[in-house]
Amino acid sequence: MAEPRFPQSMIDEDAALPTVASLYDELDEDRTTEVMTINIGPHHPATHGVLRLVVDLEGEIVRDLKPVIGYVHTGIEKSCEDKSYWKVIPFVERMDYVSFFFQMEAYCGAVERLIGLEILPRAKYLRTIMLELNRIHSHLVWLGTTALDLGAISMLWYCFRERDRILDLFEMATGQRMHTRYFQVGGVIEDIPVGWEEKCRSFVHDMPIRVGQYEALLDRNEVFLQRTKGVGIVSRERLLELGVTGPLLRAAGEPWDLRKAFDYLAYPEMDFNIPVGTVGDNYDRYRVRLAEMVESTKIIGQALDALPGGPFIADDRKYVLPPRSELSTSMESLIHHFKLVTEGYRVDPGEIYYAIEGPRGELGCFVLADGSSKPARVHFRDPSFVNLQAFKDMAMDSYVADMICSLGMLDPILGGVDR
Amino acid sequence: MPDGPGLELLRGEIEVDASGAVLATSFEKERAVLIVDAARVLDVLAWLRDTPGQGYRFLSSLHVADYLPAEPRFGVHYELLNRDRVERLRVKAMLPSESPEIDSAVDLFPTANFQEREAYDFFGVVFRGHPELTRILLPEDYVGWPQRRDFPVGGEPVTFTYSEKRYG
Repeated sequence: MAEPRFPQSMIDEDAALPTVASLYDELDEDRTTEVMTINIGPHHPATHGVLRLVVDLEGEIVRDLKPVIGYVHTGIEKSCEDKSYWKVIPFVERMDYVSFFFQMEAYCGAVERLIGLEILPRAKYLRTIMLELNRIHSHLVWLGTTALDLGAISMLWYCFRERDRILDLFEMATGQRMHTRYFQVGGVIEDIPVGWEEKCRSFVHDMPIRVGQYEALLDRNEVFLQRTKGVGIVSRERLLELGVTGPLLRAAGEPWDLRKAFDYLAYPEMDFNIPVGTVGDNYDRYRVRLAEMVESTKIIGQALDALPGGPFIADDRKYVLPPRSELSTSMESLIHHFKLVTEGYRVDPGEIYYAIEGPRGELGCFVLADGSSKPARVHFRDPSFVNLQAFKDMAMDSYVADMICSLGMLDPILGGVDR
Repeated sequence: MPDGPGLELLRGEIEVDASGAVLATSFEKERAVLIVDAARVLDVLAWLRDTPGQGYRFLSSLHVADYLPAEPRFGVHYELLNRDRVERLRVKAMLPSESPEIDSAVDLFPTANFQEREAYDFFGVVFRGHPELTRILLPEDYVGWPQRRDFPVGGEPVTFTYSEKRYG
């Protein structure tokens, strides 16, 4: 029986993968390294959406990589230019379809700053609660699908169980499970119903326990640790160059969070920590996101405790619909209502860039107003789109299986990438 | 954000090193904007990034807006972020409607790569020196610049069999 060309004993398990590859080259001078270009996606369960990857493989080692995007481009930014300001909200929600509240906040916040409309404390708190619930929801989708990629199939069911409780809360407060159209320019559309607070509190009580259970399932799982530790490391400096923000940047040790850095909504009054990693590998990315879920429950709990009373939407009839009850008695309200619903409100010329901390990083919204009742340009700086540039750095010179793991940990939402 | 006087001080400092690069400043909605000469935008960006005491080292967003009736028509926006002082600064370069071209900022800020491709894809703004200036979201054989204001909404014909039968 012939000796294997590269017996197992030759491979230094501790050596980095590129070293192993070059070892092969030294052993066999005549061996021509064959680089094969293969196509992964766009319809592939491991690409988390309609992402196509053109990968150059040498054996199983990724030597070059190019993400090809645009398969779910629907021209949302262009469509927004043909809608009056308040009709844009349901459009922008559908960009990044798992962080819909964040898109709404980025857009509504930008328009509020353009027209100089201050929102009321209760609206600020309600928005903060919804955003943090949405952040947990988004991280749960991420954890379920990424763990599924790594073979931990049961994680998907556990994560989607808790996600359903969040969707139930959304449904109870807003009438919709996803794409709720809850935030309005000036506040929120409706107050939370009776009984919602108790339901939310019971969720806030349960969620850290659930996170503990996830950790118990994954933290000492040999397969999970081997697949994530030391994989996909990108230095903090390189991530900053590439404009990467959010949990990816924090996992590399940079404590940068717009919730702390800038003053928006009720975050300045909240007491919470920014979890950071040390190495910046896929394991740190997992740890940071799990810790963020616990921090989010802390924020929700504090916001529920301190939830101020009063109206939930600004009382500015030029921008905000009058209450339904007034329509049958007040002529002026009827006129305002008619004007707002037909033409919408006009916004003086100006432009604004407003950024918030989304579940994936800096979610910015640029709105250009030209004086009419429709925005002249709505642009979203989507964190998935920018973060995807770091994918090549994460996956280079690693196994193709680790590339899938890195892609899961990058957590791109292709609806947000393509818009 | 640099406040109004801070913005003028900043302009004065840039004037020393890159004379004439800053055409105007504006301060609206509590946001500081430097309007720069499109030919020298890289000088200003590099100055803001590298000068000690400035440190606008993070490019949050690069996007283009079309100010249609105006000329120059296209505005290239660089949303810079100083993470030490937690300040945002917008650098804006205006480009003419005929063959809009500007130097690529990819060498200074690698994050501009995808964003410049997106701007090219939707507005036809050419970024000179970009490593791979191709369409990113639209198909590569697409003709036209759909985010321009004179490109109509619904300008892309939708071929449903029903409409073909009904309207020929």
